[in-house]
Amino acid sequence: MKTLPSVDVVIIGGGWTGLLMAKELGSRTALSVVVLERGGPRKTNDYGDDMDELDYTIRFRMMQDVSQETVTLRHDSSRRALPLRQHGSFLPGSGVGGAGEHWSGVCPRYLPDCFELLTHSIEKYGSKRLPEDHAIQDWGVTYEELEPHYTRVDLLLGISGKAGNIRGKQIEGGNIFEGWRSAEYPTPPTKIPYFSSMFAEAAKSLGYHPYPVPAATTSRAYTNPDGVSRSGCTYCGYCETFGCMIGAKSQPTNTLLPVIEKRKNVSIRTGAWVRRIVHDASENKGKASGVIYFDANGQEVFQPAGLVFLSSWTLNNTHLLLLSGIGEAYDPTTGKGALGRNLTHQVNFSAATAFLERPLNRFMGSGASGIMLSDLDGDLFDHSKLPFLRGGTLSARSARSLPIGEWGVVPESVKATWGPEWKKAALHYYDRTGRIGFSGEHLAYRDNYMDLDPVYKDHFGDPLLRLTLDWRENERKMADYVITKAIELAREMGAKDVTPFSGLQSYDATRYQSSHVQGGAIMGSSPERSVVNPYLQHWQLSNLFVLGASSFPQNAAANPTPTILALTYRTADAIVDRYLKNPAPLA
Amino acid sequence: MRRREFLTQSAASIGGVLIYSRQVFRLSAQANQSIRIPLRFFSQAEALIIAAASSRIFPSDETSPGAREAGVAVYIDRQLAGPWGRDRYRYTQVPFEENAPAEFGYQGKATPQQIYRQGLKDLKGFHRLGPREQDQKLKQIEATLFFSLLRQNTIEGMFCDPMHGGNIDMMGWQLIGFPGPRMSNYEDVDTHFGEAFRPKPASLRQVTRGKVRPSEDLE
Repeated sequence: MKTLPSVDVVIIGGGWTGLLMAKELGSRTALSVVVLERGGPRKTNDYGDDMDELDYTIRFRMMQDVSQETVTLRHDSSRRALPLRQHGSFLPGSGVGGAGEHWSGVCPRYLPDCFELLTHSIEKYGSKRLPEDHAIQDWGVTYEELEPHYTRVDLLLGISGKAGNIRGKQIEGGNIFEGWRSAEYPTPPTKIPYFSSMFAEAAKSLGYHPYPVPAATTSRAYTNPDGVSRSGCTYCGYCETFGCMIGAKSQPTNTLLPVIEKRKNVSIRTGAWVRRIVHDASENKGKASGVIYFDANGQEVFQPAGLVFLSSWTLNNTHLLLLSGIGEAYDPTTGKGALGRNLTHQVNFSAATAFLERPLNRFMGSGASGIMLSDLDGDLFDHSKLPFLRGGTLSARSARSLPIGEWGVVPESVKATWGPEWKKAALHYYDRTGRIGFSGEHLAYRDNYMDLDPVYKDHFGDPLLRLTLDWRENERKMADYVITKAIELAREMGAKDVTPFSGLQSYDATRYQSSHVQGGAIMGSSPERSVVNPYLQHWQLSNLFVLGASSFPQNAAANPTPTILALTYRTADAIVDRYLKNPAPLA
Repeated sequence: MRRREFLTQSAASIGGVLIYSRQVFRLSAQANQSIRIPLRFFSQAEALIIAAASSRIFPSDETSPGAREAGVAVYIDRQLAGPWGRDRYRYTQVPFEENAPAEFGYQGKATPQQIYRQGLKDLKGFHRLGPREQDQKLKQIEATLFFSLLRQNTIEGMFCDPMHGGNIDMMGWQLIGFPGPRMSNYEDVDTHFGEAFRPKPASLRQVTRGKVRPSEDLE
């Protein structure tokens, strides 16, 4: 094994969080920073010719190579887990920029009460109302503390939208249910395509409060506080699973990389696959000493470092901590150990598929342009007579309107799945079909967790990460409830035929839901029930920080990226302002 | 080395002679001419069977073309010969579980190449049957993994970018009014409400004026 000269900071993973930390530390300090990215290099303007649905959406060109490493899944701990042999319910990215390159750019904040979910729910409903096997926790950080960092994220990405609550003043046309914001969005809302505008009208007439989806597919040319300029969106429709051809969708490579490339103290090594975080409790108590990785030529390398950031895709964070033997693995039978607990996904589905009279021209749009409503989110509606807690948003967006994926969606009255009758119906409905999507909250449960698989290995011979995951009654009943609301909305839009979502059965690894998976290395105020403190600093190794959605105690319905970035900013501040002066536990 | 095999494709669907107008396709006078396309995976007999079967899944009729005209068999041939056909993109460590529940996805051992070769054995002489017999034969195998792959690959071959061998002349896109990778819809996205807006399609190579290489040619 080759040992390299020591650096001040090593960052594992070059996605949103890793590159934001590299930009902050690289710009605000003179520390030497090395980013280790296991995928390939990417540049700001790499996406001029990627608009190919087959290679990018169907064959997953931008995603993690599952032939080398995947995860296994079982629905409960009495069963044998099977590997996810191809991508399905979520899509981890790979290469510089990570999943932040191929996202849709939907950018809502979390509702304030999400951060104190346990306290709030018990205060309002009493502990008996919570599911018996829940593992809900407070985050150890409040919305009030996070708001300034959310605002920095808005400015960094140039998020397009309409505020509904500026310092407590409600504003019509925005999301009047959102937590208070210190400022209006930096760019105005995106243009709204036909189907979404029909949804807005229907929602208003049914008494809801629709608003434009907050979008990182920026509505007009924008220059952020770092001086990085991006052009406005042209609504080509190639967002999700693609990099943006003109850079209108904020991505790590077009938002963070231009700053990082100017910093001589920051370097990015691609093809560097980290296998272990090295720590020796006996000699170097409470510290990580560096990382071991395989470089692009297959050479094993030890990179010593003073400060280690683990910022790979959310599940890979937990996997690397387990492989490195850092922290006590969670045991659901005893409740002991924090590493791997509180695995959550997001309750995402097309709640109602509407078949309309007129053509929708739905090839036009962006991953985030559209309309959503929050009237059924969080605790914003009365749950006293409902058989579930929490909720989510309904939306009409123009994402994923490409022909291979969308062909063949027909009303349930059409029974044929191939042949002349099927072709005729599918041709008629191809551009008359719209989806009302639901993004709902997934609570944490004691028996949804991660550990190492005893059977299946990755291509290095290390055990795969094993997910033990299934839905519970709370999610199933929430789904049934919102489906009825989505059907009403579709009817109000004039749909003659509506196909409702079939409901949540057992967790389906083949249906794409979202890439919003959380937990495993969660934050909190107690080392017994969390892996990192509220500054994302490891409780046992004070020079190790674990960034990203692995820190979320549970899912919070909305899309996670703004919250992930806000927490990263907060950690960067704590390191620059406090930790570098006194390298000790921050909490 | 295997003998070179070819599929004969009607030239009417190669030379840019399809005209899209009010959802009616007119074939030009060159319809009787044909060209020979070299095959990468199938034998000629296999390609004829796949062309026939895919065109029962996505048939042509008096108003519009289908899988045969769009070159779906050529598309599938190239996919099977490429990394996807060899399972380059799938986790293939043992143990396999052939009878896993559907929500875990395909857990078996066979690659797409092997699934097609096995499935084709049950369709010997299929291309010489009449349409009704062909449909009966396909109904018998409807529940097989081979058929579900063939159905999915037929849709892909109808609507993929033409650089992959299918969707010849962008006829699949013209059928549904999809313009391909159109660089800007800025002026149009919030207009044309309720009316079909159908800009002339362009392929990725036309739009980028470049030689974009599809994944099946890379690995």
